[in-house]
Order: sequence, then C-alpha cells, then structure tokens
Amino acid sequence: MRGSADVEEKNQNGRYDGAEDGIVLRLTGITKRFGPLVANDAISFDLKRGEVVALLGENGAGKTTLMNILFGHYVADEGSVEAFGKALPPGDPRAALDAGIGMVHQHFTLAENMTVLENIALGTQAMWRARLDRGAAARRIRKLSGDFGLAIDPGAVVAALSVGERQRVEILKALYRDARILILDEPTAVLTPAETEALFRTLKLLVAQGLSIIFISHKLHEVMAASDRVLVLRAGHLVGERRTAETSRSELAALMVGQEIAPATVAPAKAGPPLLELANVSTRAGGGGAALDEVSLTLRGGEITGLAGVSGNGQAALAALIAGTMQPLGGDIAIGSATVKEWSPRRALASGIARIPEDRHAVGTIGDMSVTENVISERYRSARFSRLGFLDWRAARGFAEEIIADYDVKCPSPEARIRLLSGGNMQKLILGRALDPEPSVILANQPTRGLDVGAVSYVHKKLLEARARGAAILLISEDLEEILALSDRILVMSKGRLSTPSARGERTVRELGELMAGHAEAGA
Amino acid sequence: MRLEPKPTPPLGVTLLFPVAAIAATLVITSLLVLAAGASPFSVFYLVARGAAGTQFAALETLTRATPLIFTGLAVAVAFRAKLWNIGAEAQLYIGGVVTIVLGTGALPLPSFLLIPVIMLAAMAAGALLLLGPAVLKTRFGVDEVVTTLLLNFIVLLFVSMLLEGPLKDPMGLGWPQSQRVVAEAQLPRIIQGKRLHYGFVIALCAAAIVWVIMKKTVLGYEMRAVGHNAEAASFAGIPVNRVLMKTALLSGGLAALAGFSEVSGLKGNLTLDLSPGYGYSGIVVAMLAMLNPLGVVASAIFVAGIFVGADAMSRTAGVPSYIADVMVATALLTMVTAILMSRYRMRWR
Repeated sequence: MRGSADVEEKNQNGRYDGAEDGIVLRLTGITKRFGPLVANDAISFDLKRGEVVALLGENGAGKTTLMNILFGHYVADEGSVEAFGKALPPGDPRAALDAGIGMVHQHFTLAENMTVLENIALGTQAMWRARLDRGAAARRIRKLSGDFGLAIDPGAVVAALSVGERQRVEILKALYRDARILILDEPTAVLTPAETEALFRTLKLLVAQGLSIIFISHKLHEVMAASDRVLVLRAGHLVGERRTAETSRSELAALMVGQEIAPATVAPAKAGPPLLELANVSTRAGGGGAALDEVSLTLRGGEITGLAGVSGNGQAALAALIAGTMQPLGGDIAIGSATVKEWSPRRALASGIARIPEDRHAVGTIGDMSVTENVISERYRSARFSRLGFLDWRAARGFAEEIIADYDVKCPSPEARIRLLSGGNMQKLILGRALDPEPSVILANQPTRGLDVGAVSYVHKKLLEARARGAAILLISEDLEEILALSDRILVMSKGRLSTPSARGERTVRELGELMAGHAEAGA
Repeated sequence: MRLEPKPTPPLGVTLLFPVAAIAATLVITSLLVLAAGASPFSVFYLVARGAAGTQFAALETLTRATPLIFTGLAVAVAFRAKLWNIGAEAQLYIGGVVTIVLGTGALPLPSFLLIPVIMLAAMAAGALLLLGPAVLKTRFGVDEVVTTLLLNFIVLLFVSMLLEGPLKDPMGLGWPQSQRVVAEAQLPRIIQGKRLHYGFVIALCAAAIVWVIMKKTVLGYEMRAVGHNAEAASFAGIPVNRVLMKTALLSGGLAALAGFSEVSGLKGNLTLDLSPGYGYSGIVVAMLAMLNPLGVVASAIFVAGIFVGADAMSRTAGVPSYIADVMVATALLTMVTAILMSRYRMRWR
C-alpha cells in the first residue's frame, strides 16, 4: 500500500528542519513563455517527503520545461521554487544540486570512455585535489547500490554498459550527491519491461528512505503502477491532480488529452499477394544490435506483420536492410516476384517501400531544414518537384501544405525549421511523406515511441488505413501491447533469428515473452 | 553562463549579426591601436579613407576583393556541405599554374576562346586537387581539414619547384618567376589605366551562379541536406558521397578561378607571392557572409577594404599594417560568436 498515512508517519523523523508539513518542494505560480507559446501557465504544486508524484502529459504539455525551471536550466518568467523551506535562486543548477535536487535526464549525460566510479565522482571533489579517493568513493557507491537495488560494478567502463545500467549510474550519481528529491524524465522510455520493473522496485526503496520523487511520463500504466499522486498537464496548464489509488487509466487519459479516445478497431485481414520476401538473408551487425542470421520473411498485402522482441536482437539490422541502408551479405530480397540485385535507400523507395525510421530526429528528419525541404527529401528528384536539375519550390511548398492539412500537423508555416516541431507533429510529417505516394510496403519501426496518446492513435489509424488499401506492413515495436493490438501475424525476433509466425491470438502473451527471452518452442 | 536554444530570428535581425560582429571587432582592435600609441578614431578614419576615400582607393579595394570573392565562394560552398576545405590557397596556386602553362603561348587561340579554355582548365585542376581529399574522406574517413591544409604547403613547394625549373622565365634575371602570359590570355582592365580588371565581373557572375545553385537546384538542396544531417540525407536516398564529390569539384574549381584571375587579370605572371593568404582569408569572408554566396561579395569587399585601408593608414599613422590581420582575425571570432548567439540565447546564471 502506498497510502498517505504511511507518508505522514515518515515525516516525524524528517532530516530537514526547514520542511513544514513534510513538504520538501513547493512550486508557486510558475509561468514560462517562449515567444507566443505559453509552455507553463501559473503552475503550483507541492511535493511531500517520501512521495512519488507522477507528472503526466502529452508531448509538448510542458512537463520537461517545468522540470528544467525547477532544476535551474530555464528561468521562469513568473513564480518561485522553494526547496526544504528555502527559496531557490532562479536559473542556478548549482543551487538546485546543493539543495538536494537530482535530475536524471531522458538522454544520459555520462562520459562513455570513463568508468562508473569516475562518472559518479566527477565534479564532486575540489579541483586542486590531484587524486580521487577511489577506495572511499567505491565503498560509498557499493553501499548505495546495495541499499537501493542498483546493481553496478563501479570499475566498469560506461561504454560497455546497457541502457538500463547507464540509467542506474545516473541515479547513483544523484544519490552520491545526497539528492533528497529525484526528478526522472521519461525514465522508462529506454528500458525493457524487466528493467522497468527493477526501476520501480528501486523507486520504492528510495521513498522508503524518505526521498521524494517526481516521475515524468506519458505512459498511463506506468504512472498507475509507480506513483502515489498524479499531476496532469495539458497545453501548459495543470488540469488535474488525483491520488493514484482513487483514479483510473481512462480518467487520466481523458484529462491528458481533453477527450475520450476510442481504441482502434481492427477488421479481420484478407491477406493478399506477397509484396516483399526475404529468403535466408544474413547481414552484418547493425545499430548496436545483433546481425541477421538467415532470416526468411514474407510480407503480404493487406496484412500487418508485427515484430516483437527485446531491443538489440536484430530488429535494427532488419529495419536497415528493408530501408535500404544496409546490404545483405547473403540470401535474396524479392519485391513482388522480382529478385533485387542492387540495394540502396533509393532502390527501396523506387520499389514502393515506405520507411518510418526509429529515430525521427537523427534519421527521419533534417532538423535545421524547413518542413517543405523535409517532406520532399525522398522524392525531390521526381518530375513533380524538379525539372532539369532545378527544384520547383512552389510545388514543394504546395505538397508541404497538403501534408500539413491532411495529416493535421501543427506547425507555424511550411518554412519553419522542423526542429521546432514536437515529436508527434514531426512523426505526422514523416507519416505523410511516407504514405502519400501510396506505398505497397510499409516499414514502421517504433512508429509511436515517445508519442502521446493522441498521436499514437493517429499513427495506428493511418497504418490501418494503409492496410485496408492493400499495403503490406511490417510493424517493429518494443511495445507488446501495440503489437498485439494491430498485428494480423506476429513474429518474435531473438538473437538475429525469427520465430515461426503466429496468427492474431494464437500465442499467449506469456508464450511470446518466452520467445522474446530466447527460449525456442518445443518442436519448433 | 549557459546556452538555451531559440527559434530562428527573422531575416532583418540575422542581417544585424555581421554588423554587430564588425562593431565588436572595432572595439577590440581599438585597444590594440591604443597600445600602439595612436588614437583609434583617427586610425579607423584613415583605414576607411584608405579603403574608399578616393576613386583610386575604392578601385584598389575592389581589385583586392576579386580573389577573395572566389575563395570566399569556394569555402562557402564546401562548408555548406560540411566539407571543410582549408585548401583554397593550394587550389588558387594550381589555377595560377594552369593559367601560365596554357597562357604563355602554348595555345594559338584568339582571346575570346583562349580565356574560357584557360578558365575551364584552371577550374578542372583546382577541382581535381580537392577531389583527392574528398575521396580520402568518403572512402577511408581521412579528415579533410588535415589533408587540405597540408596540401597548401605541398602545392606551394611544388610551385616553387616549377618556378625554379620548367616554368622559370629565362629572361627573369634568375628570379623565381614565370614568363608573362600573352596578350590574348589577359583579362582586360575595366577602366583603362586602372588596375581593376574583368576578373571582378567574373567573380560577381560566379557569386550569382553559386547563389542560384544553392537556392534553386537539386544539387544545392542535396549539399545543404548533407551538410545539416548526413545520416538523415542518406536515409532519404540522397547519395551523400557523390554529393560530397560534386561539392569538392565546385569548391576547388571556384578557388582555382582566384589564381586564374590574379595571374590573367592583374599580375601577368606567376610568382611565389601570388597570394598573400587569399585562400585562408576566404574562410573569414565566407563566415562573415554566413555562407551566403551574395553575402560573400559584400564581406570580400569589406575584408579587402581593411587590408587596403590598413596599408594606407600605416603610412600616415605609423601603426603597423599588421593591424589589418588582427582586425580580420578578430572579425572571424566575433562573427562565429554572433552566429552562435543567433541560435542560442545566453543566460548568466
């Protein structure tokens, strides 16, 4: 039970004298504007000792801005922050650190070529101390990691660690500096289900020791599982505050988007002809994951094939292969019935393959170019957009406006740099670019990762529309719920190999989980 | 101090950045002028008058700006695609060598044919010179900053060898200089009796053509895409390596035109002091112009004006003309800072 009585009790032996009523952090009337955009509008809330507060909201709702103000990265236009009864000077991360506030960012800030110990102790010692007292530091790290279930070897080099382990290092870094308030920005976005559970266990140990935690997320089930109290942000406003025990997923979802969302309904599939076939294809290792080992796969029209698996088992290589950025080392790729000889992104596009890449910032878009320049990037050579080596900017701009209207993209103008768009709007543009030419095959690699509920359902709707039109879709996702909801056929990837396919509902979640963990089926 | 990203400022504000950078440059260099025992106001006045105060001064500034426009364009084109061509100096000299090889009587052609042939040949040579580093970069990942920079010294020594050997002027009294180009290979002067020549007009045309390439063509789009995000460009099917090769060819060719124009329009022969670092100054010119081809013309004239004006100033005020180098270098630093500040907002605690 995570009831409030529990919390009140712990407050009796509070270590910090300045705290009244067990309130360790108080935000009052925080307002932050970026030009005409109000990222935070008069937001106030308190954080109590020994409490996990979830900050829930869509992308662009203002969660990260709020935390950046709290941590001193941004200066609020109005409002104040008080920690342990003392006002924090605005815009001073040092003061936030000294006051016992630690932040674990979504993107880690570790020096890869240094050890865990060096990363944690970095910057905690005076500069004139020539040597680090490694013995004492290592003992302290071991104690902290033992106390809070954050197993890690202080001597390991960060480059060799998995994403989950790196996150543990970040948390240890904050604890090593005596953080009493821990802010976690989308901590589960990069974790496997098992790692997420371990993280939640750690959070419980931390609050049991009297720490307070702010947990930023847009995933409802995690918020329900890990928090005591939920604050919901929408478009910069604090629109709701609920005790987790007294609310429900559907209530939170409605608060978050401001409307009810109907789940996607899926009509049974009418499988068409094979549109893309891989026969015994092998590749080199790619994207930090396994190589493909004689993989055979057939994608049929009118069907969504879901590819489940723990990240790093060859999904990146398979996606790169189909996208055309990776060459097969052996085996055949056939489009329709013709075997492909040369293979490149341009060939893939010309063969009618649409690609939705996993990383929309680094791979899917060119951040410093405009929306217009980005939507034509896959087709700028076509007669529609260029003639005799000259681009037709009027046609390009028209196309951008078409996609902005058709796909409901919120952006200031087609000339705006795409970097300024939120993740969901960026993904809608990528969808528009990929789906507009009515592709026969669609590679959707983590198409909804990091998106809010509204954008997720939009992406799903568009994929189902393409399926109804007769396209063959390969959906690669680490979100098993998404795979189960959309796929007509499910494959599991493990160590560079594919399982036998199963039809919708044929295998249980548990069976899929075993395949994901790499246990071959008996007799398979 | 911290940096916060901010949206692109409107064009009017963007145009203020070079102005602000130049103002900051004047403030910083005035300290050095004070240290040299002169009054900053009189020194800057003398520089300005020396650069544009008389018809002679203004024409001299434009003459000096001509090679800087070419090297500035070369750098702007290359940097736009993030191909770091530090070797415009070498490409300039190769352009000069080709001009001498073809322009001293080897080709018996009339002027209207000979000059275009020499221009194209010079561009081809400069282009090929930069193709080497570009191939090494795309094939083997060799850093082009190192290769292009070191090629400058190799090419200068190569030119020195030519001027002591095959290209040495037999009538040159033993000086390391080449024969003069024939009359048909000379670019005419724009005004009779003045030094300003048609190389300046060619430079203006080059700037206009490069602007059109960058803004309106498929190639320019590809170059910008590769420069901004090569991985995303490659994913979208843009042939990154081929685009870098084309960029190298264009950039090297433009830099070589600087050498052609200096030899054919101004000097008439090739010596080892053909360029007082025009290749390197081209980097400043391109940065001051924020890599905009039309901006390159303005910033080349500005930089040339400082050099010309500082020469005149040092004769009158007794402050060494090295102040020009300091001003240009300071302008580069302040401009890079200004560009950074156009993308990020500074927060002091």
